[in-house]
Amino acid sequence: MSVQKLNSRVVLQNGTLLDPLSGETFSGDILIENGKIAQIGKILFDGEIEKIDCSGKVITHGFCDLHVHFREPGREDKETLETGTLAALAGGFTRVCVMPNTNPPLDSPEAINFITKKSENLAVYIHPIGAITKNQGGDDITEMGLMKKEGAVAFSDDGLPVQDGSMMRIALEYSNLVELPIINHAEDECLRSNGLMNDGVVSSQLGLDGNLDLAESVMIHRDLELASYTNARLHIPHVSSSKSLDHIRKVKLVNHKVTAEVTPHHLYFNEEALRDFNTNLKVAPPIRTESDRLNLIKAVKDGTIDCIATDHAPHTIEDKETTFDLASFGMIGLESCFGAVSKVLIRDNGMSLLDVVRLLTVRPRAIMGFEKDLFKIGAEVELAVIDPNFEYVFKKENIKSRSVNSPYIGEKMIGKINYTISKNKIYKEVGVINK
Amino acid sequence: MRNLNKKLNMLKNKHLLGLKEYPAKDLKTIIDTAYNFKTVLDRPIKKVPSLQGVTIVNLFFENSTRTKISFELAQKRLSADTVNFSASSSSLKKGESFKDTAQNIESMKIDAVVMRHPTPGAANHLTNFIDSVVINAGDGTHEHPTQAILDMMSLHEKFGKLKGLKVAIVGDILHSRVALSNIYGLTTMGAEVMLCGPSNLIPVHLKELGVKVSYKINEALDWADAVNVLRIQRERMGKSLVPSIREYREMFGITSKKLSLHKKEIVVMHPGPMNRGVEIDGDVADGDQAIILDQVLNGVASRMSILFLLCGGKNSDGER
Repeated sequence: MSVQKLNSRVVLQNGTLLDPLSGETFSGDILIENGKIAQIGKILFDGEIEKIDCSGKVITHGFCDLHVHFREPGREDKETLETGTLAALAGGFTRVCVMPNTNPPLDSPEAINFITKKSENLAVYIHPIGAITKNQGGDDITEMGLMKKEGAVAFSDDGLPVQDGSMMRIALEYSNLVELPIINHAEDECLRSNGLMNDGVVSSQLGLDGNLDLAESVMIHRDLELASYTNARLHIPHVSSSKSLDHIRKVKLVNHKVTAEVTPHHLYFNEEALRDFNTNLKVAPPIRTESDRLNLIKAVKDGTIDCIATDHAPHTIEDKETTFDLASFGMIGLESCFGAVSKVLIRDNGMSLLDVVRLLTVRPRAIMGFEKDLFKIGAEVELAVIDPNFEYVFKKENIKSRSVNSPYIGEKMIGKINYTISKNKIYKEVGVINK
Repeated sequence: MRNLNKKLNMLKNKHLLGLKEYPAKDLKTIIDTAYNFKTVLDRPIKKVPSLQGVTIVNLFFENSTRTKISFELAQKRLSADTVNFSASSSSLKKGESFKDTAQNIESMKIDAVVMRHPTPGAANHLTNFIDSVVINAGDGTHEHPTQAILDMMSLHEKFGKLKGLKVAIVGDILHSRVALSNIYGLTTMGAEVMLCGPSNLIPVHLKELGVKVSYKINEALDWADAVNVLRIQRERMGKSLVPSIREYREMFGITSKKLSLHKKEIVVMHPGPMNRGVEIDGDVADGDQAIILDQVLNGVASRMSILFLLCGGKNSDGER
């Protein structure tokens, strides 16, 4: 097993410490005692202690993902809280927020409690996101107050956009009471129609029904207007198009409560990749044009996009190895996240490692109000030890999720995770990553 | 043992999935060979032993009359053994997956699959898990390569060339696999293509394939040497994309009156089945300008050619 309990005294030696909160980089050691940060800097140790050599590696905050699907309860054949935890650890993540589109959905305090209790002893922090409406039906608002008490950190009907504008208004207004963000999967169902991929050059040539970028941008525009009107906290998930970015950029100038995320796959792929009908690239919202992809990268750089979230969406082989119309939407993304985004953002687009790490650590934690100062003495340990320059080909063996629906298999990645340390446990990458 | 993978290298691609980026040289080979097979169809005994011992399965997940009969006749005239499968009699209704169905059929030792399927990409998908030759007989709104080849053969037969020919495709381009395959094939062979139809039924991005677009039938007829009239496939439309039959006929229906406005003789084609009085009038369909029944006959010859070039290749002594 690659996850072990942390010894009571562990020192991470000779690494480069990268603090995404302060922006500082310095060499030194980290002493962890009983799962808490005990000392940082040059450490003289005595007595019984486990030494982990981190020379040549970067030690930073454990990553935080605001958008994953762990399929429990209901589709444990795709993923469970436990297998999802392994996938998260393999990707350097110590904290994730699980979406409520399970079966039954997380639309009640009892369901939220189920996730909170069941993930208590798992090696990453798992926060449930509650449904906005009962049964994600779009009609009746959920018990947001009681759900917050049980551990809900935000509300979303992810996968099922809130179509009714007045329902969205009510949800945003009510969310002010519980002071948690509303996350709306933005797609106008009428405009989306039966769209299977981006509506454009490639869909026209493949004969596949197209999903217009406007289906996303008109709903994002509506949500932004409603958020400003209600003064509520709106977080926009998986932004995929230039048109949506234009709306977000404009509103952010005056409304500082709006935040937005982008997935690694919308930064990495464009619609051309679907030419051979690869169902692993069938996602919602769809992979769009190269120009959209470049604008998303620009938006990451200029701050229009606040953070990266994977939208890790496991599906069985049967759900994907079928004709394009029947294949499920979604791809897994935790394990491949860092290798993909560091390749796109650092190597291809000149961002610094610090800025990329911020997109995966302090930025998402700020959106959810999670503790951001993870190098603080006494803090519960949440660390990732990474080798940012390591180049390798992503293989099936790198996947720890129960599902393998990844279009990254065979892709060259840059940057790997060596250790993930969280909740007094340590995940060690056990040599499946080869050059 | 016969090994199809070691057959003579007559065409570049093992399968015929679509005409996008299909080599011009191979299209020419297919059409030339089709002319040879067409002479067979005029003989008293319309059968040659070219595919003796070759087993071909016709997998039809969607209804078809013309294409299915055409393929089956082509196979029989080449002396191939054929098996037919249609969705209504299939185990798909019992919940078997597409992959399992395909793999089960292939494990019964077959050489080629001719497949029609309602989903774009289904033929490409099939090649992921079977080794047999796959011939796409229409995959949703993606491609229908054998139809485009028979259309090109018919144009070639009529005009003696394809290069420089002006072909207007009229109708519901958005939902047409025939249009897409014709665009790819014709442009590869140096013909010019104009798309004409209601503006909501012509995808804007198709202009990037180097085709002209017009929303006026007279403009198209004025320009074209030949017009390929598509069926208005009302059953494909989720929404009422055309307000009424009479409005469509008025604006885009090919009538003798519209044709008479142009001095030159415009060749009229239709892939069938026709809605007489909607996209084409009966007198036009039956008239001298129409080559619709030639298309049907050329369909058998073209498919014989395609099947032979992809599945055949025996030497005279029976060895490959």
